[in-house]
Amino acid sequence: MCLAIPGKIIAVESRFEGLVRMAKVSFGGIVKEASLEMVPQAKVDDYVLVHVGVAISIVDEEEAKKTFQYLEEMGEVEEELNISDFLPDKQTDTNQR
Amino acid sequence: MKFLSEYRDPALARRYLEEIKKTVTRPWTIMEVCGGQTHSLVKNGILSMLPEEINMVHGPGCPVCVTPLHLIDKAIYLAEEKGAILCSFGDMLRVPGSQKSLLEAKAKGADIRILYSPLEAVKLAQQHPDRQVVFFAVGFETTAPANALSVIHAHRLGLNNYSILASHVLVPPAIEAVMEDEESHIQGFLAAGHVCTIMGTLEYYPLVERFKVPIVVTGFEPVDLLQGILMTVKQLESGEAKVENQYARMVREEGNPRAQEIIYQVFEVTDRLWRGMEVIPMSGYQVKEAFAEYDAMRKFKVNIPEVPENEDCMAGEIMKGIKKPYECPHFGKKCSPETPIGAPMVSSEGACAAYYHFSGMVNQAKEQPA
Ligand code: SF4
Repeated sequence: MCLAIPGKIIAVESRFEGLVRMAKVSFGGIVKEASLEMVPQAKVDDYVLVHVGVAISIVDEEEAKKTFQYLEEMGEVEEELNISDFLPDKQTDTNQR
Repeated sequence: MKFLSEYRDPALARRYLEEIKKTVTRPWTIMEVCGGQTHSLVKNGILSMLPEEINMVHGPGCPVCVTPLHLIDKAIYLAEEKGAILCSFGDMLRVPGSQKSLLEAKAKGADIRILYSPLEAVKLAQQHPDRQVVFFAVGFETTAPANALSVIHAHRLGLNNYSILASHVLVPPAIEAVMEDEESHIQGFLAAGHVCTIMGTLEYYPLVERFKVPIVVTGFEPVDLLQGILMTVKQLESGEAKVENQYARMVREEGNPRAQEIIYQVFEVTDRLWRGMEVIPMSGYQVKEAFAEYDAMRKFKVNIPEVPENEDCMAGEIMKGIKKPYECPHFGKKCSPETPIGAPMVSSEGACAAYYHFSGMVNQAKEQPA
């Protein structure tokens, strides 16, 4: 859970009257939301290093691609993004109790 | 396990490896602090490629492993007795508490959910105004900004049903604790790259000064690790002890000031118990008074007895680099990822799990009922 994964910002939107910037970040096609609050200067098409839903730094494109490729080969991307099938939690918000 | 030829840059890796072999003249013990690095060293077969003079020992940088037993019990209590939706990173789920793990509690009907990000937990709280949502906020400095941000988001949204169970730990005090242990014989450190992306490198200067050991901030890919080890060995061989930054492409001296600002808005430094180790002074974060209503410990009066650790597990010695996983009598026998005795056997950053899965140390994997 300590890994940070590089991805590309494909869209940015503001919340809380412009106070908070959230991005849609693509990790090799898997799109997740990430907060841009730690990287205020980040914009669409930038590559950012994302850790548990928060972008922690901007990285250059080539570096981002190489790192992503390494993580993917090692099978770390799925695990970190919490999308693999072996995870027992597949429930939605409404069942339970 | 991968081979050198499959690395991102095999030629460069080979050069570093050869350079290490040329440089080293006597035995050195080096600790990689970060569990992600342990994982990479084992999984990529680097440990077996290094010259035998270099003894890599594995540090306490596994947030799941060092989260105290009683906090797992408390998390389960919040879900079972207080009816909270308890959210956690997936890694925490199998870690044994004193009675059961989160996964076992979930199987028995407690509302425990795996999330990718604490920000998702805030969303969950918004969607369930009638329920209390608690995020089990474990992690090192890398994860602290995200956990802090979740509190800030909940505050901005005016939510009164979101809180975090904070178990935050810090790297520099852990290095200090490892060095102060009499049994420790560590001569150099690889510091964790992503922690330094947030915090920068300045915190390591006093440690280098005090303990006279090289500290090299290092990434987690094979080539990074080999270069980090080479930089450490070069310092050791020439009798130097400085802070160096192998991971400069990701780490700046000052770190990410905006992230630090967010951490200190919500958290303050406090003493913290490390599972299997001891209370390390000023080694963790707790929620500040100003945000007390988002602190699950203060919000819910959790008065359950604190049960001592399972004595069978020697995780403390492993995380201080005094012992290797295979030196534990239970490794691969009574203790396996299916029937873990200690946390380092279940976390993806745990040293015992890394050795179990990748190093071929265990050939007699056995099944045992939990
Ligand atoms: S092998 Fe199991 S019992 Fe032994 S130290 Fe590791 S986690 Fe603990």
